[in-house]
Amino acid sequence: MNRTQPLVLGIESSCDETGVGIVRGTALLSNTVSSSMEEHVRFGGVIPEIASRAHLDAFVPTLQASLAEAGVTLDDVDAIAVTSGPGLAGALMVGVCAAKALAVATGKPLYAINHLVAHVGVGLLQAGNSLPEDALPENLGALLVSGGHTEILRIRSITDDVELLGSTIDDAAGEAYDKVARLLGLGYPGGPAIDKLARTGNAKAIRFPRGLTQPKYMGTADEPGPHRYDWSFSGLKTAVARCVEQFEARGEEVPVADIAAAFQEAVVDVITSKAVLACREYGITELLLGGGVAANSRLRQLTEQRCSAAGIRLTVPPLDLCTDNGAMVAALGAQLVMAGIEPSGISFAPDSSMPVTAVSLPA
Amino acid sequence: MLILAIDTSAVASAALVSDDAPEGVLASFSTEDTRSHAEVLAPGIDDMLADAGVTGADIDAIVTGVGPGPFTGLRSGIATARTLSFVWGKPLYGLMSLDAMALEVAESTSAVPEFLVATDARRKEVYWARYSLADGQLPRLVDGPHVGFAAGLPDLPAYGAGAGIYEDVLRADPDFSAEQPDALYLGQFALARLAAGEQLPDSTPLYLRESDAQVPGPRKRAL
Ligand SMILES: [Zn+2]
Repeated sequence: MNRTQPLVLGIESSCDETGVGIVRGTALLSNTVSSSMEEHVRFGGVIPEIASRAHLDAFVPTLQASLAEAGVTLDDVDAIAVTSGPGLAGALMVGVCAAKALAVATGKPLYAINHLVAHVGVGLLQAGNSLPEDALPENLGALLVSGGHTEILRIRSITDDVELLGSTIDDAAGEAYDKVARLLGLGYPGGPAIDKLARTGNAKAIRFPRGLTQPKYMGTADEPGPHRYDWSFSGLKTAVARCVEQFEARGEEVPVADIAAAFQEAVVDVITSKAVLACREYGITELLLGGGVAANSRLRQLTEQRCSAAGIRLTVPPLDLCTDNGAMVAALGAQLVMAGIEPSGISFAPDSSMPVTAVSLPA
Repeated sequence: MLILAIDTSAVASAALVSDDAPEGVLASFSTEDTRSHAEVLAPGIDDMLADAGVTGADIDAIVTGVGPGPFTGLRSGIATARTLSFVWGKPLYGLMSLDAMALEVAESTSAVPEFLVATDARRKEVYWARYSLADGQLPRLVDGPHVGFAAGLPDLPAYGAGAGIYEDVLRADPDFSAEQPDALYLGQFALARLAAGEQLPDSTPLYLRESDAQVPGPRKRAL
């Protein structure tokens, strides 16, 4: 196997995007994504069974398109990588079975990799906004915000030393956007709709709660509370519902734009303040922002502001690499190959709650 | 003609079936349990090919069971079969999974002219189909597949694990009360039909049930 500039094919199916991407070392060759998002619109959120059915039908065409775009054949590939978790169990299963069949049919080594760490791995691709090459061990962090997850990670080594500093204890931030968008009658997906409307509203008109910020959860730097770097968005969603009901009960028009702006401010404020706090307290000076909610204009703005005030360098990969895709899986796979890590074999099980400490599964 | 058959509608199984092999079968394997397909299927196929000394180039066609069966397990086999078919450039066919057990019944001493095949559909229901059998013929599907409560099935001898679970309301054949569809019989069924010049269907899964998702109703206004 070529371990210096390996050609790696990555497969992603942990949520509603079927992705196949191909990289050579840190160079991106193709990134093909088929999304079932349209099919979830009428439900107002991702329906796992519908996503899984869509993965089954999308996989081979997506693979074919990705190979064609990269101008390579399966014979050229050095290794295959697949998301084995975390994610929706039934959805992961499709990508994992397809990846294993690909390994059986081609005889190529297979890496079972962690979806969250792959979001960080994509930052190492030379794609315009990549992490600096001198991103030193121990100073790199990642803030991942999407419809499926909300985490702050510390990365000492992208191939074998990743630590979860904090995460949401209930809804993911993107999920909260979807639920609130539904409450406000703005449709699905909620992120872009709220982001757009929030620009015309007054974020200060209403104040919504910031979850898990009370002293009993935060503690102090020396004696951290139980949720110092964690988030919770379910109380926020309830507060928005209450607020809408109160306007309706009084027979007043619901100030949808103000509510959208105030909700967005509450989400973005608590995400960025806790992320920056974690960075400060862990000596993180390079932060990567990933996940689909990285598209949110206010999140990007406030993260940039607070990072620069705290002396943290922020990297935001191009948006099509922030959302779930196969190239990020391939990018992390290539890092594993280059680091001499052994492949996972074909006997592993997908793990819907795979911890970030498992960057890839051992054989 | 050499066929690789795969079925994951209940247990995970695969077989290499050939009209040249003695008894028509080159190699086969199947698991006991119904919940570890993603782990065991690919290694099972890999070992089976290696033991039989067969490579992708030797295989003429791939056949996959298309259900009915529990969705996630069912997709494991279809995803595997579709990918192998793509990489090897071999034709892919889909057969109804209950056909496998119908053939197993037909080849057994307990065969009768009219019978049911039933597998566990969970949620207290069975997947089932009705077959007729004439001397020297392949079993013929006359009704189904369906999903429903065992109590609603026609009053006929019933074969398979789905019948075994509900032997209180079905005429379950005790010799078949733990049997599951097996790729071995699925492959043989496909081989026989191809040899008879029939066209086989594609690998579209037979889910029989929609996803459970409910379209949310309009939010109630507070007034
Ligand atoms: Zn993701």
